[in-house]
Amino acid sequence: MSIHEPTRPGAVSGVRLVCAPARPADLLLRDVHALDPRTGLDGRRDVLVSDGVITEIAAAGTLTAPEDACEVVEGEGRHLFPAFVDPHVHLRTPGQEHKEDLETGTRSAAAGGFCAVIAMPNTSPTIDSAPILGALLDAAAREARVPVGFMPAITRGLQGRELTDMAELRQLGAAGFTDDGRPVTDAGVLRRALQYQRLCGGVLALHEEDPALSGRGAMHEGAVSTKLGIAGIPSVSESTQIARDCALAGYEGARIHIQHLSARESVEVIATAKSRGVAVTCEASPHHLTLTDEDVRTLDTRRKMNPPLRAEEDRQALIEGLRDGTIDCIATDHAPHARDEKEVPFEEAPMGTTGLETAFSAVYTDLVLPGELTLALLVEKLTAGLGCIDLLVPSIAVGEPANLVLVDLAAEWVVGESGYESRSDNCCFAGRRLTSRVLLTVAAGAVAYRERSIMLVLSSGGPSLRGPEAET
Amino acid sequence: MRHLLSINDITRDDMERILDRAAAFEEVSDRDIKKVPALRGRTVLNLFYEASTRTRSSFELAAKRLSADVVNFSAGGSSVEKGESLKDTVLTLTAHSPDAIVVRTPHAGAAALVAGWTPAAIVNAGDGKHEHPTQALLDAYTLRTKLGSLEGRNIWIVGDVAHSRVARSNILAFRKMGADVTVCGPPTLIPRGIEALGCEVRYDLSDLREADVVYALRMQHERMDQNFVPSLREYAANYQINGRRLGPHQILMHPGPVNRGVELSGEVVDSPQAVITMQVKAGVVVRMAVLYEVLAGARDERSAPRPTQPQLA
Repeated sequence: MSIHEPTRPGAVSGVRLVCAPARPADLLLRDVHALDPRTGLDGRRDVLVSDGVITEIAAAGTLTAPEDACEVVEGEGRHLFPAFVDPHVHLRTPGQEHKEDLETGTRSAAAGGFCAVIAMPNTSPTIDSAPILGALLDAAAREARVPVGFMPAITRGLQGRELTDMAELRQLGAAGFTDDGRPVTDAGVLRRALQYQRLCGGVLALHEEDPALSGRGAMHEGAVSTKLGIAGIPSVSESTQIARDCALAGYEGARIHIQHLSARESVEVIATAKSRGVAVTCEASPHHLTLTDEDVRTLDTRRKMNPPLRAEEDRQALIEGLRDGTIDCIATDHAPHARDEKEVPFEEAPMGTTGLETAFSAVYTDLVLPGELTLALLVEKLTAGLGCIDLLVPSIAVGEPANLVLVDLAAEWVVGESGYESRSDNCCFAGRRLTSRVLLTVAAGAVAYRERSIMLVLSSGGPSLRGPEAET
Repeated sequence: MRHLLSINDITRDDMERILDRAAAFEEVSDRDIKKVPALRGRTVLNLFYEASTRTRSSFELAAKRLSADVVNFSAGGSSVEKGESLKDTVLTLTAHSPDAIVVRTPHAGAAALVAGWTPAAIVNAGDGKHEHPTQALLDAYTLRTKLGSLEGRNIWIVGDVAHSRVARSNILAFRKMGADVTVCGPPTLIPRGIEALGCEVRYDLSDLREADVVYALRMQHERMDQNFVPSLREYAANYQINGRRLGPHQILMHPGPVNRGVELSGEVVDSPQAVITMQVKAGVVVRMAVLYEVLAGARDERSAPRPTQPQLA
């Protein structure tokens, strides 16, 4: 059965989520609109964090800060959510630190309101052995600003042939297993991994596509790809592989998580599998929820990703999947690439967009403001990602470690205007004016991000701390 | 017109103006001394990332007949294989201050990308399977010469539509000029959603007789390896334009080079209905008109602010 060992706050199994040591926060968030869809909390409150733990939640205006140097944030009705979690990011370490590293990637996460992220293993070398995983966990303990977990590969070198030493990797703290970036094409290999899960535990997160159907495709197959003369990746490349893997998981009684759903057919396949009792969860990304292949007409390589942006009916099906619960969480698939790697013709460009810093704002602007999703549902889906890999989800409750994000829902900003925290700037929303902005992120009890304009007052009556933007 | 990147970007008026000017340049090609000083002192750079003899020499002749200086830059393989990125190559060549760059690459949208990196006027001479706008213009020119007008004419484009930039540009151009377009080929080589370009789709040649113009596309041998069609023999049996299928009053076109015995039988290539060499001849005058248009015709627009990234589709 699953290998358990004591862990940091945020994890229930033997999974290790690791970040650099940081001073536990002492923070009074005064008059915030606290919203936690899981506890039903929804209203103006004062929230006190002492030594990194939520110690009091009371009616707005009723709490006073303790005498010692506790920071006070005047919320003025701005929203406080449980901080977001992302089960699917690429931190490009080891080997591709020119795109991202543990420090910049987790800084980007914190700036987007995330308190925990799970990194994918398609690095160079692949995260497929205990020494590499161990070295990364050590590095994260020095560099990561928010807790990071690692999902090592299902197969050595992502080659799809031999299984990694999954039990040993789990003992070290693997957050699950994935060959993300590639499908496990050989059904026999995947079946062995699903069987082996009974020994070592760990959800298998699956990137689903049939290489024979995707071919050399560079975008969604449809009218736009036809007009552009670019080879297409058909929706059925994804949905047929998902159908196969759901059938295998059902047969083996295994637990799988389907990554980055993009197509209507895929949502249908998962709904059917769930109704038959298959232990499957799935995610959708902010870009697949807000953009379509119409947005690829300019051949902006920042909008080239795998799976590709699909048709409007696919986008609508994903939104409906969030509403009806078929889709369990939103995950960014944050995939940084250096500028010169993306400044090439579309067909030659690598797949991927960054997403951590825009995840909440993009979905809020495009789906919550027009009334397609409720705010509570968005928060629920952005905080559910660790639940999908059988880890705890953050919550605003007394006694819980502080994993909080303060958001100004009225603030407007232009994506990329003042740069990014990520090392890379390949954001598919670049140039878009978005509404809502993360002001403050508390991750694992410590302040991980603070927007420059946010005003902090020391409770001892000391000088107010203001960023340069607030002064001008 | 600042650049010629796509038929999609230009209006019917633009097309008519270019074709009229091409007609005016006809006379130059018939002179003993085939040169006018229209672009004297201008530099045209041919940047070709794909093997091409006819398109490149056609552009070279066109530029020289307008007295422009011509530099040819050929790169084998893709920019990635070569080591230097497309952007770095363009920046390097831009340092020589070319007035126009004629770009052919194996990648869709590359010409538009280049337009964002250099102040030179860009002429797309084929970007992947996306577009080949000067081919469409010279085909429209040829048909206008033969038929007077394309209005209401029925044009069939037959063959490997999926991998053809010529098909994409020509569908758009012929539609813009008022013609009806039907594409016909094996279902494996007709891309999904092609109807959105405004054409009809057929999978056999049984109604070919309704066409005024039959435009055959080149069938590439590598398509056999990829299982798009079972064999050349089967392809020819179903889609070859031959004396039996081609009606007596139909015009036959082909962008070249022809695979005799595959998409066209020898007898139709040599028949008076074929206008294939006329197309090649039109290539030079139409490209003269295009170079004139982007270099001399739009002189007063050159200081205008550059538009944001063009819509390619």
